[in-house]
Amino acid sequence: MGYVLTTKQANEIFAELSTQYRLFAPKTFGNEGRYSDTGCVRYGEVTCVEDITFDKKSEYSFKEAILPVMQTLFYFTEREVTEPKVDDKKTMIFLRSCDIHAVKRLDEMYYKNGPKDYYYSLLRDNVKFVLIGCEQSFENCFCVSMGTNTTDHYDFSFCKAHDTYEINLKNTEFISLFEKVNASVMEVKVPFVTENDVKVQIPDGLKAKVTSSTIWDEYDSRCIACGRCNFVCPTCTCFTMQDMYYTDNGKVGERRRVWASCMVDGFTDVAGGGSYRKNYGQRMRFKLLHKVYDFKQRNGFHMCIGCGRCDDVCPEYISFSNCINKLPEALKEVDQL
Amino acid sequence: MIKNDYIPFSSKILEVIKHTEIEFTFRMEYTADAKPGQFFEVSMPKYGEAPISISGIGENFVDLTIRKVGKVTDEVFEHYTGESLFLRGPYGNGFDVLDYESKEVIVVAGGTGLSPVRGVVEYFYNNPDKCESMTLISGFKSPDDILFSADLEKWKENMEVILTVDSAEEGSRYKTGLVTTYIPKLQIKDKNNVAVVVVGPPAMMRFSVKAFLDLGIAEENIWISQERKMCCGLGKCGHCKIGDVYVCLDGPVFNYVKGKELID
Repeated sequence: MGYVLTTKQANEIFAELSTQYRLFAPKTFGNEGRYSDTGCVRYGEVTCVEDITFDKKSEYSFKEAILPVMQTLFYFTEREVTEPKVDDKKTMIFLRSCDIHAVKRLDEMYYKNGPKDYYYSLLRDNVKFVLIGCEQSFENCFCVSMGTNTTDHYDFSFCKAHDTYEINLKNTEFISLFEKVNASVMEVKVPFVTENDVKVQIPDGLKAKVTSSTIWDEYDSRCIACGRCNFVCPTCTCFTMQDMYYTDNGKVGERRRVWASCMVDGFTDVAGGGSYRKNYGQRMRFKLLHKVYDFKQRNGFHMCIGCGRCDDVCPEYISFSNCINKLPEALKEVDQL
Repeated sequence: MIKNDYIPFSSKILEVIKHTEIEFTFRMEYTADAKPGQFFEVSMPKYGEAPISISGIGENFVDLTIRKVGKVTDEVFEHYTGESLFLRGPYGNGFDVLDYESKEVIVVAGGTGLSPVRGVVEYFYNNPDKCESMTLISGFKSPDDILFSADLEKWKENMEVILTVDSAEEGSRYKTGLVTTYIPKLQIKDKNNVAVVVVGPPAMMRFSVKAFLDLGIAEENIWISQERKMCCGLGKCGHCKIGDVYVCLDGPVFNYVKGKELID
């Protein structure tokens, strides 16, 4: 079912939703951008439609709404362990088609790879998804190649059209919300991207043998192992456990998990000084093959969703999509060995 | 409600066995199931968790042999009070001794690699009729680094034990040389009825496996155990991922047919 809302109606709906939900959407944080005098578009809580940035790709993904950068697992006081209290409010996330596909990847890891994750479930089980349509492809996007440019998995869509907002309602539990504000009923088509400037083709018959190709070597010096690509990626799920205690009372502290990056030093360190993948090129290879090869081997679909955020954020202008397109060459090289 | 797998339980330290200055076995109270080669996440609040493999299993205990080489283990040595440690687990697949039964079993362990396989050796020591023969090659850096010396002495009763150190002072009573020196000299009756288990540092495993392949032992008759930094043990944190495998879920024990494909 479709609706068209005025800004006033939209904000009445936001006010109504805010009583039950924490609304997460892409927002511009002034002067926090990567260049001087620019804003950073990332996820934050919103209370009105004007808070949402519709016309840009968010530099960081939605994932921190269900997978916080830092999450306390429990507090300890001497021998006692206490779990943190969870907010009673449910979560509603405004996100684009590719990111809805990313949720499936996060679910695969946290619900299915090994036992169901307790802390992920606490936040994820009550999430509603609101789709933001894409009028056109942004820079570095390659969602069409990854098959993530369209989706049906959302509760309702919310797209800005000049000075109105267009809604396509999927989940009927929200009908009353729109009826209450007397929203005009109208057929609404959600805009989806049908072509990107950037295209990738993951070669058929890709195999683990490409590990030994020399295509990875250029990244030894180009990459600086800053890990930004991992932190902006909506499908990266790794974390590290950390214990910390409060300095003014050494007997009280907490154990938490914090996002980790397979590109950054220390990721593979084992006790006694050993580590794996010392060369940055090999880390690039590990990350790339996870995204477009071995995740699929294990779970049946690719991990990468083609949002291109890794390319947007890389300070060394390394292009992930460009590297994917080198795979046929790599395959040819290792087949000749 | 889903179980919270991250909350550790407190386990009483029953005994501390000191092997060397930096390697102690903590005998921990534990009564549920566990297999050799599996591991626990051992922690002391404030200092963090470390994955430690099971080095012995008894009716009411598991042995965890801890080496003082990392952030957490340093603190365990420094601060354990003799009362308890926190544990989560056991995690991982562990060794399946049934795979090795009625075969010529050869276990090669490098340094602390002896801890995870100790349960396998112990099984065939206690059940000598369940294997064709049992050989253990156990290598350490120097005589001061030898672990489980009482066991090594005891096991000699009904199996061949080759204890070697990388180097020792002249006149030492120990054999010297890397474990790989002794592999080609093994007396193997039937190449097709052998089960080889190799555990140790990466280079030691690589060269040991190669030595067995050179002897004509098939890949499917070789097992290895991988050491990685497992933060969660639950297939989530990603630190132990190699290719399409999570060492904490699918390993740490791998048959070499799969193990050879694991490129870090």
